[in-house]
Amino acid sequence: MINLLVHFVLMLAMPPLLLGVINKTKALFAGRKGLPLLQNYYDLIKLARKDVVISQTTTWIFVAAPVISLTGIVMAGLLVPLGPFQSPISFTGDLILFAYLLAVGRFFTTAAALDTGSPFEGMGAAREVTFACLSEPVLFFALLVLAKMSGTLILGDLLHAPLTVGIQGAAASLVLVAIGMFIVLLAENSRIPVDDPNTHLELTMIHEAMVLDHSGPLLGLILYGASVKLFVLSAVLLHILFPFQSGYALLDWSLFMVEMLGVAVAIGVVESIMARLQMRHVPYLLIAAILFCAFGFVLLVR
Amino acid sequence: MNPLLNALLVVVLALNLFALGTSRLVTVIKIVSLQGVLLGLMPFLIEGHLGWRLLLASGGTILLKGGIIPFMMIRAMRDVQIKREMEPLIGFLPSMLLGALATGFALLFSKSLPLASAHTTPLLVPASLATIFVGFILLTTRAKAITQVMGYLVLENGIYIFGMLLMGAMPLVVELGVLLDLFVAVFVICIIINHINQAFSSLDTRRLVALKE
Repeated sequence: MINLLVHFVLMLAMPPLLLGVINKTKALFAGRKGLPLLQNYYDLIKLARKDVVISQTTTWIFVAAPVISLTGIVMAGLLVPLGPFQSPISFTGDLILFAYLLAVGRFFTTAAALDTGSPFEGMGAAREVTFACLSEPVLFFALLVLAKMSGTLILGDLLHAPLTVGIQGAAASLVLVAIGMFIVLLAENSRIPVDDPNTHLELTMIHEAMVLDHSGPLLGLILYGASVKLFVLSAVLLHILFPFQSGYALLDWSLFMVEMLGVAVAIGVVESIMARLQMRHVPYLLIAAILFCAFGFVLLVR
Repeated sequence: MNPLLNALLVVVLALNLFALGTSRLVTVIKIVSLQGVLLGLMPFLIEGHLGWRLLLASGGTILLKGGIIPFMMIRAMRDVQIKREMEPLIGFLPSMLLGALATGFALLFSKSLPLASAHTTPLLVPASLATIFVGFILLTTRAKAITQVMGYLVLENGIYIFGMLLMGAMPLVVELGVLLDLFVAVFVICIIINHINQAFSSLDTRRLVALKE
């Protein structure tokens, strides 16, 4: 019961902190002082107090989309176990639901972008969907490898496979899956090799282009949803990277939080040392990720 | 045998694909040097104990493949002032897919080889075959002399992985001799690169057909 509560609190409260850690890491690399760690919380509070400006050409989808996509992402977060603990909701086959809850969020964000009628947002939506086509197979291959390892189709048990089954015999596959999932983490959260979260009004951006017309609390919901997505996908990656368990709940939770911040620092380092790829090279990266995860599967079943 | 060894070999395979997919020469050189360092670590995982012979062999590998050769290549690249492979015979994405296909086939093919039972679980044989093939692709489809050298080094890395199977049986002198050969080869190629650049003011090896007696 306590663990469930901690799951909710962490999932809802921690995500903006991860973005803060990423920004701080980037600032350290650049020799700047950087924004305060909690800046994203202040931003969200500021946005929540503002008024909403809604274009006359939009319909109800424009208002509903941020709410629906945030709901989808939070629901997906409830299916994912954090650290060695059980997930709040789990049933056989919920891995499909997990993938498509994330997809529902994306569908409504792109629908809202098309709803504004702005060609710029339409372009962003087209790009988002194009790259999502390539990152979805990676996710499924990764889940397939874990499902093969554990022999179940329950997302919670399947993600615990490296912990319960042990990494003997599957270490090679897990390395490949971890590389693939890290690329997906960067692509899905529009981090640097794929997209630059800091650029506004630039012709090569993907995610930011879709949310230009949203303002006030609606924009806040979108930004918050994006950070929760980062949290959820990092939690999935952590199961593959650090399958450790101490047995003490308190120790496990703090270990989980430290690992989470570690992933954020890793993303910050990647963003500092890499330049963004050219738009036409992004599919190469994602196809490489698909190949890695597919190899992981071949290695496991051969 | 050792799960860590397989994990390391898989990273080597992943680096192969990245080397095929990038057009920047510095990145290719860095990837190949990282691969060399990983290869240098492998003898420890296979033998599982420390000895002066092991230290010398793997230290030499790491120093040469991870340090000296990449340093020479980067300097050669600065001298001739090129940064990218512009017109490969096969594009970057197709060659990456070809490399992936080769890796897949190597994995399946090595299953049907009549190997000693100790050599079937680790991925040494498939990883070596796949790396050799990726070296071939780099060597044959790229036009710039520097990338061809990198292809040669990847090819040699593949052969080195195969040599791991004989880790216990191979005398130290042979290993050091192979490393020395490699060093001399790269040294000579660097000089040739400079000459090609002076003669044609380009590193495109396809222009060599214009040479006449």
